[in-house]
Amino acid sequence: MNGVHDMGGMDGFGKIEPEPNEPMFHAEWESRVLAMVRALGAAGAFNIDMTRSHQETLPPHVYLRSSYYQRWLLGLEDLLIDKGFVAPQEITMGHALEPARPLKRGKFTVDDVERIMMRGKFGRDPQSPAKFKPGDLARARNMHPTTHTRLPRYVRGHVGVVERVHGCHVFPDSAVLEAGENPQWLYTIVFDGTALWGSDSDPTVKISVEAFEPYLEPP
Amino acid sequence: MTAPDHHHDHSDLTETELRVRALETVLTEKGYVDPAALDAIVQAYETRIGPHNGARVVAKAWLDPAFRRALLEDGTKAIATLGHVSRVGDHLVVVENTPERHNMVVCTLCSCYPWELLGLPPVWYKAAPYRSRAVKDPRGVLADFGLSLPKEMEIRVWDSTAETRFLVLPMRPEGTEGFGEDQLAELVTRDSMIGTGFPKTPGAPS
Repeated sequence: MNGVHDMGGMDGFGKIEPEPNEPMFHAEWESRVLAMVRALGAAGAFNIDMTRSHQETLPPHVYLRSSYYQRWLLGLEDLLIDKGFVAPQEITMGHALEPARPLKRGKFTVDDVERIMMRGKFGRDPQSPAKFKPGDLARARNMHPTTHTRLPRYVRGHVGVVERVHGCHVFPDSAVLEAGENPQWLYTIVFDGTALWGSDSDPTVKISVEAFEPYLEPP
Repeated sequence: MTAPDHHHDHSDLTETELRVRALETVLTEKGYVDPAALDAIVQAYETRIGPHNGARVVAKAWLDPAFRRALLEDGTKAIATLGHVSRVGDHLVVVENTPERHNMVVCTLCSCYPWELLGLPPVWYKAAPYRSRAVKDPRGVLADFGLSLPKEMEIRVWDSTAETRFLVLPMRPEGTEGFGEDQLAELVTRDSMIGTGFPKTPGAPS
């Protein structure tokens, strides 16, 4: 969806302010939110694209006003309600009121912690040959799905060069809809800065995105 | 832990805290999670991941040309050969800075980051100013970090829009001839592996 999360190239957000000696968490609740999201994802309540999508669909003013972990919390609440794991009144009351919905991989316990300390595997066997090879030109399609996608707006319609082929990966646009993994070839596509930002922009800049094959077409 | 004053986005802390506690209680009562498992996740994040892992990888690459080549070829596979660094997920891509090219990593859509090697991303990496400007005005972004690159140097920005993850291999600082792996690793900063900083120079104030 063309949401406010897709910020590449937007102006007006101000200066970057690195915080010296920044702690991993700024408050304990941030760490609890992170842990809940990781645990429930590992238990099979949802996949990573569903968590992303539920943050992206927060109202734009809420998204922009919220801190990072506040967005995670709001997205998590929405997602759990949406999938029937939690009822809105349970969140309001702070107690379970209804029977639990079974989790795909069962309750998340201490024994499950080790397996989430490495990222999940997203590579899959190819279903068909790759349409592009390194050195080919490819155009990022002018597409505007209203559901979750990983093709940022700032490259759509522009031609870049295929630099790397990463094999086939789970396709986020399908996984988010629970429509199966639908593995697709994944490429690194490099664009000249001037192609994206105009002839008076910095000529020394090149930008790449990781693009799934359905995001691309011949130039 | 208290947030510094300029972090205005941490307001409503009490309300948020109550909400988080309520949610955790519901999830526990419904039997979805064991709170002890949540404690263990937080502890694992706080103790096991961080830029010290990435720094070992960079220092090793500076010293060992065969490892450097293997790392640039397949980051995940090469790092798996180092027993003392935590294992990393698939599709880690290591990109090398050279006198001709500087690399910088961003996730414009959210916060993708090689957290096994660098820890959880800092607030600025996940915030709108960096995400919006990194792809359009990388030199301006580097200026915010106090960095200035030669005018003709190519800047390559990697937008992490899939499950590939990127680590920048910075250039080895001058004056480090004869340094061992431990000494070199101490010079490698988190930001130098994102591409928004340089490694420390020996003898310079940190």
